[in-house]
Amino acid sequence: MPQTTTKSYLPPGLAIPLPTPDGMDKGFYDGLKRHELTVQRCNRCHTFQFAPELICHKCQSPDLGWHKVSGRGRLYSWIRIWNAVHPALKEACPYIVAVVELPDAGGVRMVGNLLGDPMQDAPFDAEVQAVFEDHPDQGFTLVQWRLV
Amino acid sequence: MSEYNVRDKTAIVGIGETKYYKRGQAPVPEFLLACEAITKAAEDAGISVKDIDGFSSYSNDRNEATRIAAALDLPEVRLSMMVWGGGGGGVAAAVGNAAAAIAAGYANYVVVFRALAQGQYGRFGQGAPIATIAGAAPGYSNLSAYSAPYGLLAPAHWIALRTRRFMYEHKVRQDALAAIAMASYHHAQSNPRAIMYGRPLTRQAYDNSRWIAEPFHLFDCCMENDGAAAVILTSAERARDLKHKPAYIMAAAQGSGYRTDVAAENSVDYPSANYKTVAPRLYQMAGIAPSDVDVAQFYEHFSGGPLMCIVEHGFCHPDEVNEFCTFENLTAPAGRLPINTSGGNLAECYVHGMELVNEAVRQVRGTSTAQVPEAKIALVVSGPLVPRGVSNLLVHS
Ligand SMILES: [Zn+2]
Repeated sequence: MPQTTTKSYLPPGLAIPLPTPDGMDKGFYDGLKRHELTVQRCNRCHTFQFAPELICHKCQSPDLGWHKVSGRGRLYSWIRIWNAVHPALKEACPYIVAVVELPDAGGVRMVGNLLGDPMQDAPFDAEVQAVFEDHPDQGFTLVQWRLV
Repeated sequence: MSEYNVRDKTAIVGIGETKYYKRGQAPVPEFLLACEAITKAAEDAGISVKDIDGFSSYSNDRNEATRIAAALDLPEVRLSMMVWGGGGGGVAAAVGNAAAAIAAGYANYVVVFRALAQGQYGRFGQGAPIATIAGAAPGYSNLSAYSAPYGLLAPAHWIALRTRRFMYEHKVRQDALAAIAMASYHHAQSNPRAIMYGRPLTRQAYDNSRWIAEPFHLFDCCMENDGAAAVILTSAERARDLKHKPAYIMAAAQGSGYRTDVAAENSVDYPSANYKTVAPRLYQMAGIAPSDVDVAQFYEHFSGGPLMCIVEHGFCHPDEVNEFCTFENLTAPAGRLPINTSGGNLAECYVHGMELVNEAVRQVRGTSTAQVPEAKIALVVSGPLVPRGVSNLLVHS
């Protein structure tokens, strides 16, 4: 079962994510709402890519699909942020932003917050698991990460 | 590929800058800052401002060449060029483009300039409070739906993520970052132009300063300022008859490596300053080795930039950063590689790195306020660690 939460890591007021108008990344957001982590993959040569693109960067095919991955990742880098550069973050500092590498999707990386104590000293390369953070009022879901 | 054939065919003959201000304190609009820096560069070169017939800039500078030409009563504009991208990676590229254009006969006197009034036009370091954000647009990366909802919003954050990975992989200590910040502040103490002139930085003050985004303390981060700076290039022949010793353009390189500009932190080589292809190319064009460089000006929006640029420009092995990046090694007059001898973006003024070109010229003229004795070759490295293109430059006496 995918891990989910309705408790937001950061306070409301940050920009709400939307798909691009051309539909290039709609599949990613639809997957998150179903609590599935999907990565764009070329239907011709099976190359993964993230962030999504209009064509496959390997073979330039426009025939792209969405491949469900396990949600297991590797904590590639993370930072603790202390400066509130957005009014919504005034009371939220410090918080942790992580970059996670997905071994079962060709090593593409995704951004998220590292859930838990913002003062934790998480080891680099540690195993992490996706957590789906639902925002039902605004109709979107974020992928977040927690240490396994 | 044909051989690079414009080494020493052009030179920087004039440098100019406005008084440097804290953000929001410039008494005139940004456009007039640009005009003033350009006029002063012409005076420094000993030419009439009306001799300028070409413009080159970067980061989508708001002050258009034809508007400046109209305001300064220039008889003719033969050339105007802009380097793509909103970051500071294009400083040296703007100089390199000017040199190439002069060597090819497009124009005689090309001014390279950058003007910034962050008070008038808003700040770089703040995330705009917008309601919604779409996924990265296909033609443009950076702030996107993959980063903004997580509070990943500011350049300090992006650069910190890459720097942290690099420091982890190579066991780099905080001391290396502190040494870079302290070198810039140290050099600013002899430079009356510098915003931080008279404000020395001790290691204790560095350690006690608040975190911005780990590993960056407040003093690892550039200032936000108002100001403008400009340099004028011309052919080597014309340069010889002008007021100052010419600073010849040995080489200028620009570009990026393999798939650096992929959104959502997916640059293929992530813990990189993005100079792994551009730095070797620069040395090859110039026909020199890193050990020939006497002094270097590294763009520092954050201290992690010089750290990784020092490595990628061949001054030390990535696993030797702790030994190389010490206050003693990085300071004039006697350090192994004095860096940012005017104080740079951290302590002189954040003119988006343009002031670093002016300082490199001063070093090869022998007129810096933190002069490296008998400096012959000066390196300028523009905004690193960004997915967009980067550039660098070598000048010599
Ligand atoms: Zn393909």
